[in-house]
Amino acid sequence: MREFGYQRVFDVPGAVALGADPEARYLGGGTNLVDLMKASVERPALLIDVRELPLDRIESTDDGGLHIGATVTNSDLAAHPEVRRRYPALAQAVLAGASGQLRNMATVGGNLLQRTRCAYFTDPARPCNKRNPGSGCAAVKGEHRNHAILGATEHCVAVHPSDMSVALAAFDARVTYETATGPGELPLTEFYLPVGDTPHLETALPPGALITGITLPPAPVAATSRYRKVRERASYAFAIGSVAAALDVQEGAVREVRLAFGAVASRPWRARAAERALTGAPATAEAFAAAADAELAAAKALPHNGYKVTLIRNLVVAVLTELTEEAAR
Amino acid sequence: MSQSTASVITLNINGEKHTLPVDHRTTLLDALRERLDLTGTKKGCDQGQCGACTVLLDGRRAVSCLQLAVAAEGREITTIEGVADGEQLHPVQQAFLDLDGYQCGFCTPGQICSAIAMIEEHAAGWPSAVTADVRPEAEAAPLTAEEIRERMSGNLCRCGAYVSIVRAVARAAQADDAQQPPVSDELARLAGSEQKEGVA
Ligand SMILES: Cc1cc2nc3c(=O)[nH]c(=O)nc-3n(C[C@H](O)[C@H](O)[C@H](O)COP(=O)(O)OP(=O)(O)OC[C@H]3O[C@@H](n4cnc5c(N)ncnc54)[C@H](O)[C@@H]3O)c2cc1C
Ligand code: SF4
Ligand code: FES
Ligand code: FES
Repeated sequence: MREFGYQRVFDVPGAVALGADPEARYLGGGTNLVDLMKASVERPALLIDVRELPLDRIESTDDGGLHIGATVTNSDLAAHPEVRRRYPALAQAVLAGASGQLRNMATVGGNLLQRTRCAYFTDPARPCNKRNPGSGCAAVKGEHRNHAILGATEHCVAVHPSDMSVALAAFDARVTYETATGPGELPLTEFYLPVGDTPHLETALPPGALITGITLPPAPVAATSRYRKVRERASYAFAIGSVAAALDVQEGAVREVRLAFGAVASRPWRARAAERALTGAPATAEAFAAAADAELAAAKALPHNGYKVTLIRNLVVAVLTELTEEAAR
Repeated sequence: MSQSTASVITLNINGEKHTLPVDHRTTLLDALRERLDLTGTKKGCDQGQCGACTVLLDGRRAVSCLQLAVAAEGREITTIEGVADGEQLHPVQQAFLDLDGYQCGFCTPGQICSAIAMIEEHAAGWPSAVTADVRPEAEAAPLTAEEIRERMSGNLCRCGAYVSIVRAVARAAQADDAQQPPVSDELARLAGSEQKEGVA
């Protein structure tokens, strides 16, 4: 591991002033950054510890939404009564990730910016365009059982590992940030950049930006929502496929639906084609499957991950069926 | 801008202050084991994947292998060496002893620290990934074997002592008056010593 300086910051202007150094990184819980530093994938010269910043609150907004500070831990997010009441799928998504220990350490800002778990990315001996631009992608012809079926290019087929961000994508969350020249905001669905031929450029955040929080707009439909994750063992593993869904059924027809998929792309995948296909359609298993097919028509499977297309289709039908039954109770 | 890559820090461990110089690269786990001779905390994977290095930070469980020592300054650190009350074992330690919640014992300090905090998380009403309804209006989930397995899933045991670990955690949770809601009937049975069937 490269040697590094360490600074604790107590206010946002102090943080972004230090963050202007291109060799600096913000340190949240460290559960991803420290791991990657041990592997020499990340080699910062300075860590700016953000955990003492006054960004650890969850507050209702005037319009009835929620603002979640960037240093709120994953545990506190999932335990918060307003999150559980208004956006239950968000609490479920966070609880489905990592372990009790890691959720106590991990912060909201760090969770959004965690890097892919593609094994070649963390192995500096292998080619990887994301870690070392232009070196190639070892996964395309290698081990890619858990890689992308949507939005990937031959330059990178990695998936984003966050469960939390899948629920956030379904609920139209916005990421707020601060830079040395002022604040800014990005919709979560535009926060992660398309892969293109630049997989090393992952987000639309300006250089040195400090994430200050996430704003969730009011979404009555989110009160009937669910996150379901499939993994290779029952717990403490990353998703091989997941779905966040919210559903409003009136007289047997879909009035409003939100759908996002996890572990299928380099970013949480908001399934807008499926949402369009379902809105106004009867709330039946056939219609749910047809909507999933509408979204998955664009899927391009690799030799070893074709199962994900079926997996996501089945998950969509199962979760929407459960939500229809829940709404009828 | 040149930054110092080492600092003299003071760590508050089990109620005692320890002042030591550290290279910033030092994890809390390595500081405990290699510098302070607190070797109860174990190193399994060193990557956050096994839970053997679990300690309590300000009362909450955390993996010390991904926690930088310098970033732990100012926090209250409790290791397995600090959970007992003098000669009186912590109820979770006693339950692991009574119900054989281990085989080789390597994962045990992490399991015990994790279970101590897990029982408090449940008492505070935190839901888990297997809680059927996470909404605050729903009845708080009673502690079942399924809930214990999910909540303890961040602690792996290479010996596979999980069956008795779940029973030991159940026994300790049952003994804890703060458990609201109380443990499930299934769990009370699991925690009871009559469960030692088959043993002559
Ligand atoms: C064994 C293991 C299993 C896991 N399983 C899952 C899982 O199943 N699902 C899942 O979703 N996740 C999982 N995770 C990942 C975990 O959720 C992330 O590591 C965690 O959320 C990152 O948060 P952090 O605060 O620790 O980030 P850090 O490690 O501190 O930082 C991560 C990145 O974010 C940057 N950063 C941090 N805060 C800010 C800020 N405020 N502004 C700008 N940049 C910032 C850092 O510079 C760094 O680049 C797992 C991790 C481990 C180790
Ligand atoms: S999939 Fe992406 S992260 Fe994995 S080896 Fe290819 S370029 Fe690297
Ligand atoms: S040694 Fe820390 S989790 Fe394995
Ligand atoms: S008792 Fe041996 S690893 Fe758990």
